[in-house]
Amino acid sequence: MHIPDGYLSPQTFVPFYIVMIAIWKKAIDKIKKELDLKNIPYVAMGSAFSFIIMMFNVPVPGGTTGHAVGSAIIAILFGPWMAVISVSIALIIQALIFGDGGLTAIGANCFNMAFVMPFVAYYVFRFFQKRFNKVYLSSFISGYLSLNIAAIVTAIEFGIQPYIANEGGKALYCPYPLKIAIYAMGAEHLLLFGFVEGFVTAGVMYYFIKNNDESLKIKAMEDL
Amino acid sequence: MRFSIFNKKILKWLLILSLITPVGIILPEFFKAQDAWGEWGTDTIKELVGYIPSGMEKLEGLWKAPFSDYAIKGFDNGIVKLSFSYIFSAIIGVCICILLTFFALKLIKRNEKNA
Repeated sequence: MHIPDGYLSPQTFVPFYIVMIAIWKKAIDKIKKELDLKNIPYVAMGSAFSFIIMMFNVPVPGGTTGHAVGSAIIAILFGPWMAVISVSIALIIQALIFGDGGLTAIGANCFNMAFVMPFVAYYVFRFFQKRFNKVYLSSFISGYLSLNIAAIVTAIEFGIQPYIANEGGKALYCPYPLKIAIYAMGAEHLLLFGFVEGFVTAGVMYYFIKNNDESLKIKAMEDL
Repeated sequence: MRFSIFNKKILKWLLILSLITPVGIILPEFFKAQDAWGEWGTDTIKELVGYIPSGMEKLEGLWKAPFSDYAIKGFDNGIVKLSFSYIFSAIIGVCICILLTFFALKLIKRNEKNA
């Protein structure tokens, strides 16, 4: 889901940079007001967890690969705004040092995986947790759905390129139209990678609840 | 940085995960899976659609990352060397992410107190 350089046109990647700068500013304001000092090392390790879980490429046999992002569990445990900052940092490091995701696409990649995904995850978790009070089920669904929505948003960014940037019938950037991009990315995430994110989210939740010796509060469980 | 017992447990897990990251290249190799969708290089794009989009060609080489594709130069051929590269990149990445996020959050909180 890391969009490389060359797939998005400037009329796409520039607006995403602008939008992300506004989102990062908002996240900083939220952190100033809401972040408990005790949580700082955990959010920092959340960033590292997100970095590393993305290295575990899961294959579609004979096809493509994909991976979990870790955004969902960070959003559930510490709130979506903490996920914005910690996952953005992981994504920026991946782009700058490891060439995973393009420099021009940092805005879009952060928008997809460090904004859309954690917010969908947070509210999906709360929705299911409130109704069914099954924490692992809610975590699983939250991971599954949030990765799928993020993948669809990414596919839309890819898929609009042939329409907005072409010359003489040839695409200038990503050559695949909407239908193909959404079908391809949607199918692989609905059938496989979404489950991986679901299990990662529920698994980390289990580990967190079992080991939480500092009585840290789970952000998405507040006032349910 | 002072770490609680729970912090240390998580750090231990991050180290374990770092050491087993080669799974992330061995599994795709075993199942003959290729790049992620939409992350192909220009060579593959040419094979797939018959041409390299001109804008893509211009932007593609824009940034030369020091450890491109999580590989150390000279340690990027063959699964054993790649695995070594991968573990190295994982540990570097984990350390940078923790330090950067930790100090970014500390800085944000400190500015609040001074304000």
